[in-house]
Parts: sequence; structure tokens; C-alpha cells
Amino acid sequence: MNHMLTLLQSVTPVPRDIPLPLPLPEWLLVVLLVISFLAHILFVNLMLGGSLLTLWAQVKGLKDKAYDTLAYEIAKTITVNKSLAVVLGVAPLLSINVLYTVYFYSANALTGLMWISIIPLVTAAFLLTYLHKYAWHKLEEHKGLHIAILGLAVLIFLFIPLIFLTNINLMLFPEKWGTVKGFVSALALPNVFPRYLHFLCASLAITGLFLFWYFGRRRYAFETRFETISLYHIRKRMYSLTLGASLFQFVLGPLVLITLPSKGIQWNLIVVILSGAAAALPAMYWMWQGISGKPEDIGKNFGKVITAMSLTVLLMASGRHVYRSNALAPHKKLMAEKTKAFEKLSAEARAQPAPEENATAAAKDIPHAAGKAVFQTNCASCHKKDGRLVGPPVTEMVSIYHNDLPGLEAWIRKPGKKREDYPQMPGFPQLSGQEMTALTGYILSVK
Amino acid sequence: MDFPMFHLDWLNDRFLIAVIAIVHVFINHGLAVGFIPYIAWLEQKGVRMAGAADITDPEWDHLIYRKMKVAFIITTTLGAMTGVGIWFSAGLISPSSIGSLIRVFYFAWFVEWLTFVTEVVLIMIYFLTWKQSNHSLKAKIRHIRFGWFLSIFSWITMCIIVSILGFMMDPGNWNNDHSLISGFTNPIYLPQLFFRTPTAMVLGGVFGMLLTTLFASRNSKWRETALKDGARWMLCWAPVSLAAAIIYYKAMPEAMRENLSTAVGTMEFAQYYDLLRYIIPGAVSLVVVLGVWTWLRPRSVRMWMVLVPCIAAFGFLGIFERVREFIRKPYVIGGYMYSNLLRKEDYPLYKRNGLLTYATYATAGKVTPENKLSTGQDVFMLSCSRCHTTNGINSIVYVFERLYGVGKPLDENSVAAYIPNMHQGRTYMPPFPGNTEELHALAAYIKHLQVTGESLEGAQSAGVMVNPDNNMHNTQPLADTAQSK
Repeated sequence: MNHMLTLLQSVTPVPRDIPLPLPLPEWLLVVLLVISFLAHILFVNLMLGGSLLTLWAQVKGLKDKAYDTLAYEIAKTITVNKSLAVVLGVAPLLSINVLYTVYFYSANALTGLMWISIIPLVTAAFLLTYLHKYAWHKLEEHKGLHIAILGLAVLIFLFIPLIFLTNINLMLFPEKWGTVKGFVSALALPNVFPRYLHFLCASLAITGLFLFWYFGRRRYAFETRFETISLYHIRKRMYSLTLGASLFQFVLGPLVLITLPSKGIQWNLIVVILSGAAAALPAMYWMWQGISGKPEDIGKNFGKVITAMSLTVLLMASGRHVYRSNALAPHKKLMAEKTKAFEKLSAEARAQPAPEENATAAAKDIPHAAGKAVFQTNCASCHKKDGRLVGPPVTEMVSIYHNDLPGLEAWIRKPGKKREDYPQMPGFPQLSGQEMTALTGYILSVK
Repeated sequence: MDFPMFHLDWLNDRFLIAVIAIVHVFINHGLAVGFIPYIAWLEQKGVRMAGAADITDPEWDHLIYRKMKVAFIITTTLGAMTGVGIWFSAGLISPSSIGSLIRVFYFAWFVEWLTFVTEVVLIMIYFLTWKQSNHSLKAKIRHIRFGWFLSIFSWITMCIIVSILGFMMDPGNWNNDHSLISGFTNPIYLPQLFFRTPTAMVLGGVFGMLLTTLFASRNSKWRETALKDGARWMLCWAPVSLAAAIIYYKAMPEAMRENLSTAVGTMEFAQYYDLLRYIIPGAVSLVVVLGVWTWLRPRSVRMWMVLVPCIAAFGFLGIFERVREFIRKPYVIGGYMYSNLLRKEDYPLYKRNGLLTYATYATAGKVTPENKLSTGQDVFMLSCSRCHTTNGINSIVYVFERLYGVGKPLDENSVAAYIPNMHQGRTYMPPFPGNTEELHALAAYIKHLQVTGESLEGAQSAGVMVNPDNNMHNTQPLADTAQSK
């Protein structure tokens, strides 16, 4: 029996899709999804990478005051980036809801408690980042506590992407839906952790480039804020971070690819991903040149680095979509067929509905047949001939109203409440005059 | 039917959406739409009150800045996340309806998103450049202008979302005209917008006053002026809010009538509706009393004296939201999809061939004497669980005990006789969707629930059982059922 159950549970569900047309051509929705997701994830990267670097700098700042200043300066960017991350997340959320309705919502439901926990968790992390930023000077003397506040926010920020990745991963595998029981079991599906590490590394790389630009802006008065460390020193560190993280991606990337279930891997995916990796190579070379070259030349190729890296990111995001699209194509086809077949059946059934249970006026020759039918539909759930069901029996109605037809009609249309221990009866003003006459005639005929 | 059913068996699924949505509306109305113009007005006042040599009065400006800081922190954390939370919770609890709505309103929501992005950028500019702008009069004036821009964008965001809300309640439009325009021309749209605008202003003002009592100590120079300004703001908007509430109150039954198959409001609706008759004058007069009192004797105002009307004013908005939600029933999308997420037009098929036949997730596709309880549970999950729990809030056992007597053993046959006709008397209930066997399985399950007090785990913990009679391996179930007919 148990064996049979597991067999049954591992079958693939084929749900029906929402039977409404897409609001825009599919390719346009895909473009919107990929682009808006990139904008969203860019700020998520900066929020996460920024808070990790703030934590690192603040701990280092316990010994070297200059790093404490650096932490404060990076902290100021987190709260802005986090607001943009959230608001920019709405567009890809809408787009994925439209394009992958069944897949996305199914994954959400199967990991439901953790999925909805994103709301309170992220709210808490955001409040902690504000507390950390606005209590900077007040907690000057309590660095341990201050760092712990940020530490907690960082832990939450590190956990949230796991929830998202688990969902995004689970939605690709309808064949697993019958076997998943809650978040933890969905988290354990292959590929979640390699993708997670890949994402963390990307966050650090992108934050490095962002801060390289941020501190070097002309409007940013670096010298008035930092006395003991130079802009070159910070910029070099940021380039090194990006370069190191990018190098590491060359290990993680293949790992992600190997752990991907093979069903979506096709040549189109390999080509896109390899082009993305190739685009990163010149960027890495230019960063190396900057780090190892003369201090005044460190920013020389920054524009080129950004261009090449943007290309990488765009190609990687497209690769992500190509895999999703490949992986789900057969299932989507099945689903579309099923939806179509169902719509046809439903239309047929509408044309020929099953006969009603209470065959209305089936026997016209029985006296009060019409009234009885009205009674069956509207009253019989609560009233029977003898004895209480929900309300009082029909015989009691007869004894009260046998001489008062208008009174009975008025009561049915707008009932009052006489009996303490009975629930309130709803009114039936929707009955037509004809139905009402038939109904009251039938009620008063009951003996 | 086609989605794993997330289900909170004690709390009730709708409760989750309701809590998130109401927090969001409170923050949106009280701390954004109604609060930002109040702040911009006070900031402007500081510039006007300052001596000829100063840009603004620094102490006054700092007090207003601190109030704005509270709104900034709350709106960009809890406010923003509860906004996303509405999407998340609706996707969990009501996937078919939100999935359908997004297909139709994608463009509207996209426009809404664009104004929302603008709003977020503006609020960051407004708050984060506040102190810098105090260096020159020109910068300060530009800063105040940003405050007004932000106020306008917050209001526009509300205008669009009210239209979408209105559309969802309007029965005719969905089937005829899938455009946002019909959302704007919805009969309840203007009353709703007209109500929300001044009410948000009152909420913003009373919340602002509360912050004044917290941030300006009793001997501070500006406490009295700030309190009196708050009172002026409230007294100016409260009568408008009262008038708008009455108009909205009068428009509600009309909207309700249009939605129901029958021509009546239900008694459950009437209960909430009657409550409004006390809440409207009650909350408004509390606010007016506070306003007049503050106007006459600002020195005597204490924090608790503001807190009570503040809570009353938020409660006022909350109860309106509850009544508005009720108007939708028995539909989740007027005239198209019932609140159990089943489409009205699919009912004849389900009635004829059974609901479970077409369920993606169920323990079986057909009811048999052996599987009566487990299929009964499936039927409950598919057709009742969006609004009812087994033994928690608004439990199915409770609603039947309320009919037949609390604590008395339920009679399976009476329950089975009641369910197919319940929507006639209880017009907020959708009709029962299944066939006769499924009806009896459901009745047996309800009886079982009363006896055992058993609970029902949702897909989030129990996972799902793929219907053995309707999945990838039996690719012809639809064709089969068509033939068996």
C-alpha cells in the first residue's frame, strides 16, 4: 500500500491554465520579465552586497577608524537600494505571474508558510537597517550591539534569496510537486544551493563595481570624509573584490550547470551561457590592469568594464530564461491541450446541463405542485412538515397563519425574530408574486 | 482545482489577506496619501513663519522633519512590504482569481507600478534631501515643491487602485468589457474615491497630532502651534469626510444588489452595514471634539487624548473596508468566478460529471463507499476551504451547528439536504458545485469533523496528492468522461 502511494504521488500533475488570453504578445512579456527582473536583482545585489560589506568594514573599523567611516558611508546606500529593490520587484512579479501562472503559484503554495514569511522577515530586516543607520552616533559607545543589529539584518538578507530560489526552482519541476512537503523538502531539490552561491558571488561582484563608482564620483567629497585612507586604496579593494568574485564564478557556474536537471539543457542554453562567460573575460582583464597599473589610471577602463559586465549579466539572465522555457515547454504543451479540451467539455455541458434535482412542476396535475417546487428550492433546507429542522415545522406555520395569508407572505419577504433559541431566518423578497402565491397556497394546504 | 491549496486551518485563509491588506491601507491612507500633504503644508508654514533673515524656523522645521521620518520609515518598510504582501497572499489563497485579474489588468497594474516607482523615488528625494535643502531658500522652496509632487503621486496611485477594486466588484463589466475605463465609470468608483480622499486627510492629521504630542515636549515653543495646526487640518477635512461617508454608505447597497443573483442584501451584510450607522457619526464626532478642544485649549492636550480618536479614525476606515469586501459575495470576480475560485460557467459540467473528475489534486476522481471520507475532504478543500476552516475561525462545523443547534450531533441527511439549496436563502454563498455523490461525501466529512474535531493541513505542509484519475499517465480522462456521458 505504502509503495503504491509513493508511486501514485510521483506522477506528474497536468493542471489547466487560466483560460484567458495573455495581455500582450508572449515575446514582449518575456522581454519585460527579463529586463525588469534584471533591474530588480541589481538593487537586491547592491542591498545584500552593501550590507555584507558594511558588516565587514564595521568589524574592521573596531581597530581602524577609517573603516568605521567606510561602513557608515556604505550603510547609507543600503536603505536607498533596498527601497528600489522592492519597488522594482513588482514588475517582474506581475510578469512571472502572467507568464507562468500555474507554475509560480503552485510552487508558492507548496512552500506557502515560508513564502509568506518573506513579508514579515524582509520588513524586520528593513527596520533593522534603518535602526542601524539612524542609531549610528547614539550607539557609538556600544559597538557590539550596533554590529549585532546589522548582523541580524544580514542574516535575514542572506536567507530571503533561498526562499525565492527554492520557489523559482520548484516551479520548473511539476513532476516533483506530488513529492514535496513544505519548504525544507523543496529546498533539498538539487540545484538550489549552487544557484544560491552563484547569486551571492554576483552580489559581491556587482557591489564592488557600484562602490568603485560611488566613492569616485566627482560630487562625492571623498577627502573631507576619509582622512587616513585614499580613494585609490578603496577603489583597488573594490576592483579586487569584483575580480575575485568573478573568478570564483568560473568555478560556480559550471557547478550550477552540472546540477541542473538535464531536461532543459539544450544547445541554445549552452551558447547563451558561454557567450555570457566570454564577455566577462575582457572586463576581468581590464580590472586586473587597473589594479596592477598606476594609481591614477585605475579608473581608466571603468566604462568598458561596466559595458562588458552588463553584457554578461544580460546574457546570464537570458540563459536563465532559456532554461526555464526549455524545461517547461513539453509540460506547457500538455497543459494547453488539457485546457482546450476542458473548455470544450465545459461549453458542451453548458449547452446541455443535467436535469435539475427538484424537477420543477414535473407533475402538473398534483395540486400545489408549483408551490411544492418553490418550497423544495427555498424552504426545505430549514423546514419540514413535522418537528424542527432549523426553523419550526410547516404544521406550526399552518396553525399560526391559516387565517392570515398576507401575514405569512409578509413574514416570508421580511421575517422578524420571535424565538430566542432559533437562528434568524433570511428574507425572500426575490420571490415573484406568482411564486409567492403558489408557495403560501402550498404551505397552508399542508395537513 | 488546478493549484495546490494553501490552507490555514485555524486562522482562516481570508484572514491572512485581510490582515495584510488592512495594515497596508492604514499606512497608505494615514501615512502617505493623507500625511504627506499635511507635512508639506507644515514645512511651508515654517518658511512663512521664519524671520526675514532665516530660511525657516529651525526648531519648527526639525519637528516636522521628525514626523516625516516616522512616515518615511514606516511607509518604506511595513508599507511597501504589505503592498507586496497583498500579491503574495492573494497568490497563495486565491490563485485562480488573482491569476485571471492579472491577465486582464496587466496594463493597469503596470501603469500603477510606474506611478508607484515615481512615488518611491520622490519620497526618498523628499526625505533624504530635507536637511541639505535648509541651506538656501531656493533649495528649500524646491524641496517643498517635491513634497507637493509626492502628495499628488500618492493620490494618483490610490485613484488607479480604487478603479481596479471597483472593477472586481462590478458584475457586468468583466464579461463585457475588459478595460480599465469601465473601472473608472463603475458606479461605486467616485463615491469610494471621494470617501477615501478626505478620510485619508483626517487620518493623516490625527496621526500627525499624535506625533506632535510625542515629539514636542510640553514646554517646547512650538507644541501649541503645531497642535492647533493639526486641529485646523482635521476640522477642515472631517466634515468632507462625513459627507463622503454618507454618500458612500448610500451607494453600497446599490452595488451589493447589482452583484447578487437575487434582489436583496443579506442579513450578514445588514449587520455590518448597520454598524456603520454608529461608527460614522461616532468616529467623526470624536475627531471633531478633539479638534475643537485642541483649538480652544491646546495646552491641556495629552497624548492619550489624541490616541483615542486616532484609533477610532483608523477603525472607521477598517470597517468600511470590511463592508466593501462583503459586497463582492458570492463572487470573487463579479459574475465570473465564485469565491470558491470556480468559474460560474463550469458549474454545469461539474454538476453533471463531478467536481473531482476534473480536479488536478485529489485522492480520487470518483466517490466510492470506501473513499467517502477522503473524497469528502477533497470536496471540502476544493469548494469550501477558501472561506471555511474545519474547526477554527468560521468553521464548517460551527456554521452548521448554528443552524441545527450548538453541540447537537449533526444529521448527515439534513446537511446534505441543506447544501444544494443554501445559496437561495444565504445569497452570499456560491451554489454547491459537485454531483450528488460528492455532496454526500462532503456531508459525511462534515459530520466526521464534528465528531473527531480533526483538522485539515494545507498543501504548504501536507503537500499534494496528484489525482490518480487525472494526471499525465491517464491523458484521456477528459475524453473518457465525455464518452461516459
